[in-house]
Amino acid sequence: MLNLDNVQKALLKELTGVADFLKGAFNVRANGASALRQSTDSIRIVPKKDCEGFDIFIAPETEGERVHIPVVMTKSGMKETVYNDFHIGEGADIAIVAGCGIHNCGGDDSQHDGVHRFWIGKDAKVKYVEKHVGAGDGKGRRILNPVTEVHQEEGSVLEMEMTQIRGVDDTTRTTTADLAAGARLVVRERLLTGGKERALSAYTVNLDGKGASADIVSRGVAQGESFQRLDVRIVGNAPCTGHTECDSIIMDKGRIVAVPALEANDTDAALVHEAAIGKIAGDQLVKLMTLGLTEQEAETEIINGFLK
Amino acid sequence: MLKLENISFTVPCATGGRTILQGMNLDVPEGKIVVVTGPNGGGKSTLAKLIAGIETPTSGRILLDGADITAKSITERSRLGIGYAFQQPVRFKGVRVLDLLRLAAKKPLDVDEACKYLAAVGLCAQDYVEREVNSSLSGGELKRIEIATVFAKASKVSIFDEPEAGIDLWSFQSLIAVFKEMRHEIKGGSIMIISHQERILNIADEIVVLKDGGIFKQGPRAAVLPMLVGTPLAVGGCPKGGQGRSGKC
Ligand SMILES: Nc1ncnc2c1ncn2[C@@H]1O[C@H](COP(=O)(O)OP(=O)(O)O)[C@@H](O)[C@H]1O
Ligand SMILES: [Mg+2]
Repeated sequence: MLNLDNVQKALLKELTGVADFLKGAFNVRANGASALRQSTDSIRIVPKKDCEGFDIFIAPETEGERVHIPVVMTKSGMKETVYNDFHIGEGADIAIVAGCGIHNCGGDDSQHDGVHRFWIGKDAKVKYVEKHVGAGDGKGRRILNPVTEVHQEEGSVLEMEMTQIRGVDDTTRTTTADLAAGARLVVRERLLTGGKERALSAYTVNLDGKGASADIVSRGVAQGESFQRLDVRIVGNAPCTGHTECDSIIMDKGRIVAVPALEANDTDAALVHEAAIGKIAGDQLVKLMTLGLTEQEAETEIINGFLK
Repeated sequence: MLKLENISFTVPCATGGRTILQGMNLDVPEGKIVVVTGPNGGGKSTLAKLIAGIETPTSGRILLDGADITAKSITERSRLGIGYAFQQPVRFKGVRVLDLLRLAAKKPLDVDEACKYLAAVGLCAQDYVEREVNSSLSGGELKRIEIATVFAKASKVSIFDEPEAGIDLWSFQSLIAVFKEMRHEIKGGSIMIISHQERILNIADEIVVLKDGGIFKQGPRAAVLPMLVGTPLAVGGCPKGGQGRSGKC
């Protein structure tokens, strides 16, 4: 089917989770070029003229469709910046599955910087799933710097699910959002770093309209000598509600910095943050050991649950 | 089945330096329900933790089916057949009730099987299997899930540390029914319950009264219970809490 090698296919499978994504709209990007692309009646994927990337137009009221835009990189030493702009029509209800898989066996750094911009129309509902996978045992580092920019019109809902489970040496993720009246943003971020990996994630969410709301929950586990930093800033410019929760487990020599920030510019902005960092609770390990698990197995079970 | 020989437990000077249990001998016979009671601070939970391997005795031996398990780890003891429902159950973010039951039962469980254990503790399985064992559960719910996991584990010796705490009157009957059902289902399995409740003392084959780090009384229910009724030992213990014996530092 696709003009991809086996490593690329394996990465693709891990990113999309499904083999039948080819039924809907998609664009597969492999080693810096669009390997395959398909639009549907209601979802058009159009290459950009003056830079790398696409405009993705989703017709108003489109319902139940999915757009897959996986990126796979298997060539050591590649560095690219790609712009994908999503224009989501009013009342649409769709899912977007993005992801980047880097397999670096070579000695040079591979880097993918994806810039995703969303214009979400009135009352549209979008589920956005992004997965990062790194593999390969070369000396070259795997670097991902995703930038996400979100503009939500009245009554729209965006649910973002972002997962990165080891294998990416360096990530700086920047997410900004502005929400009009009644719009809602839900973010679930899951991060597991190990070795000498470094992951930074910064959010700025502006609740500009009456009744806008945001719920941003990030869970991280830092193992080995890895480092994570999370900055979540919620700004309430209207009567609105915002909640952020940063919950982290550190192991070995891992380090985590969590910096939740709230800014209220309206007396009716209700903003809450929670942040907790700690090692795995001893009594959790003991409990699972009394059920017959070894300490290692207990640790794995606790972390898998935590990051689910 | 389970035998404690001359068990003593002293906490190091750094953490208080006291003797919590001294020279304890205890027999939990096959297929029997042994209820351990006594004042708060008397060392009941410590006894349970020593049996489960969470604490290590300063001296003495613990035998399971004649084999010395004193040096075995928590994991090994669990696999050899010791189950322990904590007095204060643990919460886990992200771990579901179904996950805990599956880990306890050591096999994949479908919702119907999980249902059996949850129904036994008066929880409607449909509402609970997918729930996370986190702070969204009330203390009473958590306590009942803890009991269900130890039931699912089907151990040779199952220890329940104050299972009645946080359980309302309605489920009290079903709590007692759980112990009866366990006795029926786990052939030859013994049950040790730490409790102050007269209704639980009533289902005991044997009663052990623990006080100030030692066994104050021990014997068949018929012999011990009449001595307890109406005394503070059976209903929550002495108000100041047992002080234990002070060790030499
Ligand atoms: N690891 C420990 N370090 C210090 N003190 C302990 C430790 N474990 C138990 N104790 C003390 O031992 C006494 C008995 O406790 P416990 O076994 O919980 O009693 P019970 O369950 O009968 O109420 C208490 O005074 C408690 O504070
Ligand atoms: Mg106790």
